Amino acid sequence: MSNIQYITGFATLENPLDIDSFVAKGGFSGLHSALAKTPAEVISEVKRSGLRGRGGAGFPTGLKWESVAGDDERYLVCNADEGEPGTFKDRFVLEHAPFLVLEGMAIAAYATGAQTGYVYVRGEYPHVVASLSSAIASAVKAGYLGEHILGSNFSFNVEVRKGGGSYVVGDETALLNSLMGNRGYPFLKPPFPTEKGLWGKPTIVNNVETLAYVPYIFTHGAEAFASIGSSGSPGLKLFSISGHIAHPGVYEFPMGTTVRELAAAAGGILGNLKAVQIGGTAGPIFDTAALDYPLDFASMRKAGGALGSGALVFMNTTVNMAHVLEVTMRFFAEESCGQCFPCRYGTRQLAFMANKIASGQGRLEYLDLMRDTTHVMVGASFCPFGQSIAFPLESLLDRFGDEIVSFIKQQEFLKEAAV
Amino acid sequence: MKNVTLTINGKKITVPEHTTVFSAAEKAGISIPALCRHEDLEPKGACGMCIVKIEGQPGYKRSCVTAVEEGMEVLTSTAEIRDIRRGILELVLAAHPADCLQCIKHGKCELQTLAERFEIRDLRYDRYTRGLPVDRSSFGIVRDMNKCIGCGRCVQVCNEVQTVASIFFHGRGSNTIVSPAYGTTMGDSVCVNCGQCIVYCPVGALYEKEAIEEVWKAIDDPDKIVVTQIAPAVRVAIGEEFGLEPGELSIGKLYSALKALGIDVVFDTNFSADLTIVEEATEFLERLKESGPFPLITSCSPGWIKFGETFYPELLENVSSCKSPQQMLGALIKTHYAESRGLDRNKIVSLSIMPCTAKKFEAGRPEMRSSGARDVDYVLTTREIARMIRQVGIDFRNLPDGTPDPLLSRYSGAATIFGASGGVMEAALRTAYELATGKALEKVDFVDVRGMTGVKEAEIDVDGTPIKVAVTNGLANARKILDRVAEDKRRGRSSYHFIEIMACAGGCVGGGGQPIPNTLARRARRIEGLYREDRSLPLRKSHENPEIRALYAEFLGSPGSEKAHALLHTKYSPREQYQFSE
Ligand SMILES: Cc1cc2nc3c(=O)[nH]c(=O)nc-3n(C[C@H](O)[C@H](O)[C@H](O)COP(=O)(O)O)c2cc1C
Ligand code: SF4
Ligand code: SF4
Ligand code: SF4
Ligand code: SF4
Repeated sequence: MSNIQYITGFATLENPLDIDSFVAKGGFSGLHSALAKTPAEVISEVKRSGLRGRGGAGFPTGLKWESVAGDDERYLVCNADEGEPGTFKDRFVLEHAPFLVLEGMAIAAYATGAQTGYVYVRGEYPHVVASLSSAIASAVKAGYLGEHILGSNFSFNVEVRKGGGSYVVGDETALLNSLMGNRGYPFLKPPFPTEKGLWGKPTIVNNVETLAYVPYIFTHGAEAFASIGSSGSPGLKLFSISGHIAHPGVYEFPMGTTVRELAAAAGGILGNLKAVQIGGTAGPIFDTAALDYPLDFASMRKAGGALGSGALVFMNTTVNMAHVLEVTMRFFAEESCGQCFPCRYGTRQLAFMANKIASGQGRLEYLDLMRDTTHVMVGASFCPFGQSIAFPLESLLDRFGDEIVSFIKQQEFLKEAAV
Repeated sequence: MKNVTLTINGKKITVPEHTTVFSAAEKAGISIPALCRHEDLEPKGACGMCIVKIEGQPGYKRSCVTAVEEGMEVLTSTAEIRDIRRGILELVLAAHPADCLQCIKHGKCELQTLAERFEIRDLRYDRYTRGLPVDRSSFGIVRDMNKCIGCGRCVQVCNEVQTVASIFFHGRGSNTIVSPAYGTTMGDSVCVNCGQCIVYCPVGALYEKEAIEEVWKAIDDPDKIVVTQIAPAVRVAIGEEFGLEPGELSIGKLYSALKALGIDVVFDTNFSADLTIVEEATEFLERLKESGPFPLITSCSPGWIKFGETFYPELLENVSSCKSPQQMLGALIKTHYAESRGLDRNKIVSLSIMPCTAKKFEAGRPEMRSSGARDVDYVLTTREIARMIRQVGIDFRNLPDGTPDPLLSRYSGAATIFGASGGVMEAALRTAYELATGKALEKVDFVDVRGMTGVKEAEIDVDGTPIKVAVTNGLANARKILDRVAEDKRRGRSSYHFIEIMACAGGCVGGGGQPIPNTLARRARRIEGLYREDRSLPLRKSHENPEIRALYAEFLGSPGSEKAHALLHTKYSPREQYQFSE
């Protein structure tokens, strides 16, 4: 396992809001060298680095920037909504290395011609709103943001917006609706935000972590970035590790690091491992076979899941999978935005059935009905949220179905015995 | 425009580019099911029922928001698609009260129709209901969120077509409901009672506040004399409730039906439409003489009046002081009619049959009590009177043509076109021209102000004076003109002399009380029916109506007289956007 650090390296600064110590550690040197290039050269550097989005979908960042087209008025949005349970890496970056995100945003704006940037911060992170605003003020004062950045013709202003506190608003289209003051409903793509985003203008949406890795490319070079990680998934990645693990927290490792290696780095599993959910609540729940999965986009896809936000929740053998089912389905029901019928009603019924099962009133027919419901949601949900419910649900039923069946039967038996 | 050829279920079809797959299928004779799409509204893709398989593309696509492409191969009904559609319906029904037998939409409900079409016989899901109180606070609109399927059509209509912005989605996921801002009730909200949300609601979640019970009671009370009036737009729409075509003139059958229901006296709002024109043309000519204030804005649409009071209080002085035809006739029924027949006005129950839910609100306004009590006691929509006719079991289609009662029922062609957007303007111009010039108008048809177009403008020469007029229907369109008038006012100028505003698209033919479906296409056909009747009538101008002449001679004196003002005119005042009742 390599010991390369980047974001976590900056995160060791004693006062993350002290811009001088950030600069002393090499901060903003990426912006300096990016501004020495043309915007087209900056984009081609990012493409060469192979950087892929860290917000979940893994879309190549350089391609996204290149696809910005149309109107001269453009926006850049940093997606800091981070509503996924078990994911807390963006908060870590914003708390410990806010200038890195701002530096990445300035480079992205320079490359894509955006004049205004927004950081859309999850409503539950009010302290981040405050600290970020102060970081922006310092960066403006020092000439890294605002008018004529570093004496160039390039100007870029950043504003912080507090989110409405819903998970689906993390979806870029819903986020844009929310930023425009509309209800946080997703909209259909195409047109993509890079063609028609905020107020109909081309808009780039990038995740906090994605932006925080951009300066790396301009301080250490695209090749250096590309040489880390696995093929097709270059670079470092932040992992949010939680559950039955000795030292939960945010860990930075090259893409392709295995689950086993990560678990070891986090002090090892508490008790005996039973399951691990990868990629967030909308990701599959794997059994112990997952220990050998390399954590990168292609390998996780091959394993039937997705790297997602890079969250890993470890569960030991004390965990009752019927309860995992209940918690997961409840999350979906509570977070469904309600715009489309399959997800609005499907999540409600799934949560209802899961709740009955977990509380000992389950029926075996529920298991088939849950699969059928998922089928409807995958086929006809409006946005990826409703479609993604298949990952946790089907993986739970496939891998831990027997356990859930016995739980239902056992509860039935106990009830009958009590009569 | 370019054409695109695609294959739908193996059948080749050529349609203009940008057509949606949904519409292309419709052209190919395939009706794709949908619960949220409506032909008059921008599709939003909420329900998921309209998914189709497109060869070479992953998953399923919503056909209502997917544009056709050259060579596309579409399948609209595979086994899996049917399964998914049935699944969605089951999910919706499990969250829906099993209330069809008591439901106002029974037999006309889009959810019910699809449930039948997809053979939903039993539900695998546990049912749940929301247990929400039914909001009956409004004069016109009942809101029952237990039945709402969250399709969003009402929100779209209220916000985009009407720009009243009275109702929005609130809550998340399965708790999503439609409600006025801040959780207020409909009665306390900015709602103008236009009822457009009702006519676009696919289910029975929004509907008219019915007055049928009360009307039956009045009919059955031997001490009461029920006197009714029928609005212009009803006559070309009520037939649809009985299987006739939109636009088919059924006024004779309706007169007969009302008598058969036991209603004592049948008058016609068309009579008072003529009266409105004589009063309003007189008001207009006075303003012409005194050079303003311009523009004069029509006042017969109560949805528009509440909209104006709420959003354009600075323009209220421009609004004509004439009451609407409903309220003019109501006042006359309880005064002139009662007196001329020697009746106690307290025994009269004044009933009107309207295409409109806002008329229910209007009839209850404090300004509308010139007779000392409510001038109009009950308002029934076209749909409600049809229900009463069905209750009695009258074979409406085969009724002979009846006649109304004399005194307040004769009418000209100018009156009947009140039901169409542009009709009031045209009627007023016919009369104003002749009153102003003293000359006979040769060409009575002002075709520039006719039709479904949202904003129509024209310039008419009245005896050498060019009169600039504008006609709007649908409140979003009204805003376009009203914003201009307000801007003019700030700058001390005026672009128009006379403006007609109707709250509903197409005018009263598209009112919130009209038969459902109440699509724009049907509204257009109803409008044709009105102009057909106009052409067929012997009299085309309001001031030629002999009963109108008699009314002035025997009762009112002259147009604009003191008595006319006391009974037929009023004034409106600014209104707060939200009135929080205790
Ligand atoms: C339901 C849903 C929730 C999402 N939540 C987040 C989020 O919290 N943060 C985020 O960066 N991206 C989130 N995404 C992904 C965004 O839509 C978008 O792809 C991402 O912000 C793009 O940034 P990237 O290219 O840098 O990854 C979410 C997507 C969906 C469908
Ligand atoms: S799938 Fe769920 S989250 Fe996405 S639009 Fe539909 S209801 Fe909203
Ligand atoms: S809204 Fe439709 S489905 Fe619901 S109770 Fe009424 S008729 Fe039945
Ligand atoms: S009646 Fe008209 S104004 Fe009122 S909520 Fe419905 S659409 Fe909006
Ligand atoms: S009230 Fe009717 S029109 Fe409005 S969202 Fe509900 S079902 Fe749709």
